[in-house]
Amino acid sequence: MQADLSVILPEIVISVFAVSALLAVAYSGKDKMAAMLLWLTAALFSLLALWIGMTGSGTQTAFGGMFNDDGFSRFAKVAILLSAAAVLVLGQDYMSRRGILRFEYPVLIALAVVGMMVMVSAGDLMVLYMGIELQSLSLYIVASLRRDSAKSTEAGLKYFVLGALSSGLLLYGASLTYGYAGTTLFSGILAAADGQAPVGLLIGLVFVISGLAFKISAVPFHMWTPDVYEGAPTPITAIFATAPKMAAIALFARVVHDAFGGVVGDWQQVLAALSLLSMFLGAVAAIGQTDIKRLMAYSSIAHMGYALMGLAAGTVFGVQAMLIYMAIYVTMNLGTFAFILSMERDGQPVTDIRSLNLYSKVQPGRALAMLILLFSLAGVPPLLGFFGKFYVLRAAYEGGLAWLAIAGVVASVIGAFYYLRIVFYMYFGEEGETLETGSSPVQWAFLMASAAIMLFGIINMFGVETMAQAAAATLVQ
Amino acid sequence: MDNLLSIVTFIPAVAALILAIFLRGEDEAAQRNAKWVALIATVLTFVVSLFILFEFDPANTDFQFVEEREWLLGLKYRMGVDGISVLFVMLTTFIMPLTIAASWNVTRRVKEYMVAFLLLETLMLGVFMALDLVLFYLFFEGGLIPMFLIIGIWGGKERIYASFKFFLFTFLGSVLMLVAMVAMFADAGTTDIAALLKHEFASDSFSILGLPVVGGMQTLMFLAFFASFAVKIPMWPVHTWLPDAHVQAPTAGSVVLASIMLKMGAYGLLRFSLPMFPVASEVFTPLVLWMSAIAIVYTSLVALAQEDMKKLIAYSSVAHMGYVTMGIFAANQQGLDGAIFQMVSHGFVAGALFLCVGVIYDRMHTREIDAYGGLVNRMPAYALIFMFFTMANVGLPGTSGFVGEFLTLVGIFQVNTWVAAVAATGVILSASYALWLYRRVVFGDLIKESLKTITDMNRRERAIFAPLVVMTLLLGVYPRLVTDVTGPSVEALIAKVELAQSVAQAAHQVAETTH
Repeated sequence: MQADLSVILPEIVISVFAVSALLAVAYSGKDKMAAMLLWLTAALFSLLALWIGMTGSGTQTAFGGMFNDDGFSRFAKVAILLSAAAVLVLGQDYMSRRGILRFEYPVLIALAVVGMMVMVSAGDLMVLYMGIELQSLSLYIVASLRRDSAKSTEAGLKYFVLGALSSGLLLYGASLTYGYAGTTLFSGILAAADGQAPVGLLIGLVFVISGLAFKISAVPFHMWTPDVYEGAPTPITAIFATAPKMAAIALFARVVHDAFGGVVGDWQQVLAALSLLSMFLGAVAAIGQTDIKRLMAYSSIAHMGYALMGLAAGTVFGVQAMLIYMAIYVTMNLGTFAFILSMERDGQPVTDIRSLNLYSKVQPGRALAMLILLFSLAGVPPLLGFFGKFYVLRAAYEGGLAWLAIAGVVASVIGAFYYLRIVFYMYFGEEGETLETGSSPVQWAFLMASAAIMLFGIINMFGVETMAQAAAATLVQ
Repeated sequence: MDNLLSIVTFIPAVAALILAIFLRGEDEAAQRNAKWVALIATVLTFVVSLFILFEFDPANTDFQFVEEREWLLGLKYRMGVDGISVLFVMLTTFIMPLTIAASWNVTRRVKEYMVAFLLLETLMLGVFMALDLVLFYLFFEGGLIPMFLIIGIWGGKERIYASFKFFLFTFLGSVLMLVAMVAMFADAGTTDIAALLKHEFASDSFSILGLPVVGGMQTLMFLAFFASFAVKIPMWPVHTWLPDAHVQAPTAGSVVLASIMLKMGAYGLLRFSLPMFPVASEVFTPLVLWMSAIAIVYTSLVALAQEDMKKLIAYSSVAHMGYVTMGIFAANQQGLDGAIFQMVSHGFVAGALFLCVGVIYDRMHTREIDAYGGLVNRMPAYALIFMFFTMANVGLPGTSGFVGEFLTLVGIFQVNTWVAAVAATGVILSASYALWLYRRVVFGDLIKESLKTITDMNRRERAIFAPLVVMTLLLGVYPRLVTDVTGPSVEALIAKVELAQSVAQAAHQVAETTH
C-alpha cells in the first residue's frame, strides 16, 4: 500500500494542494487571493515537473498494474505540468484586468492537471476513465468561466454535451472490451488480443478510439473545437490547445500500445484515416477564418493529424516522433497564444486577424517573433516546426504508410496558405487602424522565448530528442 | 582553417543578427548604417570566399574543405564543395555585394530589407555547400521565407499575388522532394550526400495499382526531386510563377532570383537527380530534353510579345535555363560543362539586365517599354552598358553567353539531333526579342517629355556594372576559367552515371534472357 502511494505521490500532492487551497480561500478573501494562488499553483507545477523529471527512474506499477510510472508517463507529465504552469502565468494579466480571475480558476486547473497525470499513467480502463472525467469536468467549468458572456457559456455547454457524448462512446467501448477480454487491465487486454482479436474486442477498440479522438479533436470528432476555442476566454483557449492535447494523445499512445499492442494492424488503419482527415480538414477549413482563435482551432486539428501520423506508424520511432512533435507543438502554441493574448484595442481584446494590418511597423520585434512562429507552425525549414514534421514523416514512411506521408506534405502546403495570410496582414498591409498591444512583460517573454526556441532549437533540440527516445522505448516493448 | 565554409556561410547571418538586434530607429543615419553594415558584410563574405577558390584543387574530384558535426536524428551537419558547386558559391558571394549596392535607393524599412537579403545569402550559400540531404533541404526551402518577404514587402503593385504564388508553387514542389528524402534515408540509412552518391537505389520495375513503373524506386524518387527542381529552375510548363515574381520583386530581388536562386534547381539536378538516379534519368531524358526545347522556343516567343521589360527578361531567363537543363540531360562532357558555364554566365548577364532595368526604373518608376525611347541621347553610358549585356544575352561570340549556348548545343547534338535543331532556333529568337527591346528603349528620337530630363548613370551605378562587364568579357574570351575547375568533377560524374546505366542495362538483359 505504502509503495503504491509513493508511486502516485505527485498526484496526491496536487490534489491535497487543490483541496486545501479551496478550503483556505473559501474561508478568507476569495478573489483577492486568486492572483497569489495562481502563482503558487504555477510554482508547484514547475517544482513537480522538476522533481518528476530529475528523480524519476525505472518503471514502477501500483495498484496491481492499474497505474504506471514509467519513462513515457514521466515525459508526458513533465510536458503537461510545464505547459499548464506556463499557461497559468501567461493568462494572469489578461484575466485579472478583465475581472475573471476567480480563485476557482487555478484550483480547477490543478484538478484538471491531476486528471491528465492520471490519464497518461493509466494501466486500466477504469483509471483511464477516471482521469479523463476529472480532467474534462474541470475544463467544462473553466470554459464557461465568464458567466455573463453568452459565448463563453455556450462554449462551456457545447463542450460539455459533446464531451459527455464522447465519454459515453468511450465507456461503451470499454464495456465491450471488458466483455470480450474479461478484464479492464491493459495487460490483460494485451494478452487477450494477441495477433488475432475477437470481433467484439475490435468493436470495443474502435469505440475507445472514437472517444479518445474527441479529446484530441481529430476529424470527424472535431466539431466542438472551433466553437469552444472561440467562445472561451483566450487564456482558457490557450490551455485547451496545450496540456490536455498532450495528455490525451499520450493516453492514446498508451491505450493502443499497452492494451492493443498485439493488433497493430487493426488500429493502424483507423489512426491513419483519422490522421488523413484531420490534416486536410484542418488545412482547408482554416482558410476562410478571420478570427485568430478559430484559426488556431483548425490549426490544432491539423497538428493533431500530424501527431497521429507518427502514432499510426505503430513503431517505437513513431511514438518518439509523436512525442517530439507534441513537445514542439506545445512550445509553438504557447508563444502564439502569448501573442494572441496581447492583441487588444482600447483595452478590449481583438481576435480579428485583419486588425493586424501594419503590425510590423508598430511592433517590429513582436511581429518578427510571430513571423518565426507562423513559419514554424507551417512547417517551413529551417525552423523547429519542420523537424516535428520530418520526424513523423519518417515514422510514417518506415511504418509502411508512404501514402499518408505524401498526403501529409500536400496538406502542409494547403495549410501554409493561412499562416502566410497572417504574415500578409502583419507585413504587407499598408493602411488601416493599427493595433495596440498589452505591455505585459510576461507575454512578451513567452513570445520571444518561444520564437527563439523555434530558431535555435534546430541545433540540438535541447536534448528533447533523446528524452523522447527513452520515453518511447519504455512504452513499446 | 578547418571551418572555412561555415565561416563564409554564416558571416551574412551574423551581420543580419547584429543589424536586427542593435540597430534602432528609422532615421537617415540608421538607414545609412544598415546599408553600410550589409555592404561590408557581403564584401567580407566575398573576400573570405576567395580563399576557397584559391585553395581549391580542381584535379581532386572528391569533396573538399569538408567539415562534419553530429546533429539530430543521426543527421549530420556536413559541408563541402567540389568542382560543381564551388563556382556557384563564388557566384553567390560575387553577386550579393552588387545587389546590396544596387539597393542604395531603398527608403522603406531599410533595416529589415538588409536583414532579409543577408539571411538570404546565408541560405543560398548553404544550398551549394550542404553535404547532408536534410541540411540541403533546410537551406533550399529556408530561402523561400526571406524571398517571400522581399517580394511581399518591397515589391510592386501586384506583389501580394506574386509572393503567395511564388511561395506556394515552390513549396508544393519541394515537399514532394522531402518525402523522397525520407525514403532515401530509410533505404540507405544515411543522409550523407557523399555516401548517397555511392549508394545504388533499386531500379527494378514494379507496378502500382496496375501501372508499370519503369525504373522502380529510382523513378519515383526522380520524379519527386524533379518536381521540386523543375519548379525552381523553372522549366516549362511550371514556370508561370517566375514572370510574376520577377516583375513584382524589387530590382535587387529580381537579380538574386535570376542570378542565384534559379541556379539552385539546376544545381540540384546535377547533384542529386543525375548521379543518384542514373537509370531513371535515362528513362526521362527524352522528356526533359523536349521540355527544354519547348521552353527555349515557346518562352522566347512569349518574350517577343511582352510590354513590360522585366517580364521580357524573365521569359528570356526561362529560355536560357532551358539550355541548362538540356545540357545537363545530354549527360556528356560538353553538355554538362556547357550547362554549368551557361549557369554562371546567365548569373552575370541576367543579373546585369535586371540591374539595367532597375537603373531606369529608379528614374522613371515604370517598366513599360512604351514609356521609353531614345535614351541614347541623354544616357550614352547607359546605352553602352545595356548594349553590351543585350549582346551577351543574345550569345555574341566574345561574351560569356556564347560559350554556354554553344557548348550545350554541341553536347545535345551528339544525343538528339532534333532537339538540337529546335533549340538552335532559340538563338535566333533570343536575338530578335533582345535587340527589339533594345531598339525600342534606347534608340529612336527622344520625344517623350518625361524623358527629357533623365540623367545618365552615376558613379555608384557604373561601379556596380564594372565587375559584371569584366566577368562577362573574361569568361567570353577565356572560358577555361570555368571549365578547368569543373572539368574533372564533371568527368567523374559522367563516368559514374554511365557505369550505373550500363550495369542496369546488363542486369536488364540478363533478366530478359532468363525469362
